[in-house]
Amino acid sequence: MNEINPGLLIILGALLVPVLPGLLRSAYMLALPVAVFLYLLGLPMGELGQFEMFDMTLTTLRIDKLSLIFGYIFLLATFIGVIYALHVGDWLQHTTGLMYAGAAIGAVFAGDLITLFVCWELTAIASVFLIWAAGTKSAHDAGMRYLIIQVASGVILLAGIVFFYRETGGIAFNAIGIDTLAGKIILVAFGIKCAFPFMHNWLQDAYPEATVTGTVMLSAFTTKLAVYALARGYAGTDLLIPIGTVMTAFPIFYAVIENDLRRVLAYSLNNQLGFMVVGIGIGTEMAVNGAAAHAFCHILYKALLFMSMGAVLYRVGTVKGSELGGLYRSMPWTAGFCMVGAASISAFPLFSGFVSKSLIMTEALKGGYFYVWLTLLFASAGVFHHSGIKIPYFAFFAHDSGKRCKEAPMNMLIAMGIAAFFCIGIGVYPAPLYAILPYSVDYVPYTVEHVVTQLQLLMFSALAFAVLMRTGIYPPELRSTNLDTDWFYRKLGYNVGSTLLLLGGDAVKFVAAQGGNAFRVFERRLHFHHNPDGLFGRTWPTGLMAFWATVMLGGYLLVFYFR
Amino acid sequence: MVDKSETDNPNNNPHNGGHQHFETPPHERTWIDNPKNVDKIVYALYAVCALLVVIDFWVPKHGPFAIEHWFGFYAFYGFIACVGLVIAAKGLRVILMKPENYYDE
Repeated sequence: MNEINPGLLIILGALLVPVLPGLLRSAYMLALPVAVFLYLLGLPMGELGQFEMFDMTLTTLRIDKLSLIFGYIFLLATFIGVIYALHVGDWLQHTTGLMYAGAAIGAVFAGDLITLFVCWELTAIASVFLIWAAGTKSAHDAGMRYLIIQVASGVILLAGIVFFYRETGGIAFNAIGIDTLAGKIILVAFGIKCAFPFMHNWLQDAYPEATVTGTVMLSAFTTKLAVYALARGYAGTDLLIPIGTVMTAFPIFYAVIENDLRRVLAYSLNNQLGFMVVGIGIGTEMAVNGAAAHAFCHILYKALLFMSMGAVLYRVGTVKGSELGGLYRSMPWTAGFCMVGAASISAFPLFSGFVSKSLIMTEALKGGYFYVWLTLLFASAGVFHHSGIKIPYFAFFAHDSGKRCKEAPMNMLIAMGIAAFFCIGIGVYPAPLYAILPYSVDYVPYTVEHVVTQLQLLMFSALAFAVLMRTGIYPPELRSTNLDTDWFYRKLGYNVGSTLLLLGGDAVKFVAAQGGNAFRVFERRLHFHHNPDGLFGRTWPTGLMAFWATVMLGGYLLVFYFR
Repeated sequence: MVDKSETDNPNNNPHNGGHQHFETPPHERTWIDNPKNVDKIVYALYAVCALLVVIDFWVPKHGPFAIEHWFGFYAFYGFIACVGLVIAAKGLRVILMKPENYYDE
């Protein structure tokens, strides 16, 4: 019989989580991604799990090198996410978190667009519970906005698939391109999930509102699933190069002035996606390798950074830069892990970002994309500035806030330790990562030129930070909300809607009043006859009932007699 | 596993304010709390930066763009990029920054 998609195994496996008690549940959740990983290792390459439905061939499981690398990292992220959340007692978060991960894994191994669509929507629906579980009103509202936008992405994808089927007569998910209408529509769907500029704000809106553990899961899957889908469908699409370039640059301005440190990370997540999108847009084998490698490393160091800030939120109760400072005393391990993540995202030599981002940078250089390369370099310096320095500095050092707390729980430290191990391990010894990339790699990251130029870039960014801090030019962390594209629907759209409602209000009131009157008359009559003393409501003597029943039966008799 | 609420430290009210004035008690001070040692770190950074620029003389460059071959391009660009970034972002606050409860009203 057909092989089963590993994602489906995780989704089905997640259904057992609610019924298992305490320690057994923890053990089960840890074992699930490991077991599925071993199962995945045993699967052959190729298109599996095929069956016919409505004259269409569904390929529910396609295993090649591109899907495998995303499958591996998603399973690793699931494993780390489970460890990080072990202290949480809420079964709903565990179940939906695993289903979300399973759906993302299922989507990566989907060989056709229908399977992709089903998984695409399931990631949206399952993941919103990780936001709502935070339990605050702002989390509820942000979750609603997130769900609407994510489901919209799925609906647009479905519309694109319909066009695609009409144009090509098939639903196989391979290179799509933007030459056809279907290709354009599907790119919009992917673009929303990948947080393209002006479609991005659901990310910065919702991720920082999710639970401590939920944000870690969220940071790994949704956007990287979109990166995978772009790499599969749109590699070499020139349009992606300017889109990705803008993505690397503009979020970092927000990241510098944002006060909520998890939101800073959401902006830098967006910036890192830009590097991958540029790589996919360049589209050479090495550039796609770079996008996949960077997605792999990025999931680990971004999860690590979110885990460290999550630990701070868990212990201190806030991750606002304006309220924090000096926490290295209370949380030395968390601070250390945070700095490993910061060094990795900044692409310091010997850390993971260095060996993956340079694949993309080199291809931009080779391809002669001068302004793209210049912007990516600017974004590289900027990401060190706001993620590499600002996050650890304002949380763990800076001015002592006087806050004292316990170190993060042991399970959180273990999860951070595993992620940190991979961040350093990949940076020091990149060969295993290069071996699982979609195409063969002929690249040496550690050359004198590369190491020295990268250190120059980073050290002078650090110098800029030091100079700006000591001269007082660096903007202080302030309690604030920074306007982003969500303003258009949260403020402008809301105000326009309210005004329209006010204007239309009179008409609505009139109709409602008329309707209300009619209903009240009906209600009054109903009440008149059916109230306890009403004709149909009161109790009647049994004898009277028997009398009328007899009269009625007599009536029948007469009717039948004369018929 | 212990079931805990989302944040387990109710004593840390973010609105208690006044942390600006907090002075670290002497017995909690460490090496890095001494401003002189912070100076040392910054001077070490200056030295590292200077060294990185000096060795640029001997580093072979292979890129296709002429600008990359300029002396100390990466160093200069990294510094200018970050200063520009921060000053631009600071300026953007004028337009973008609203009170924290902006959307709640």
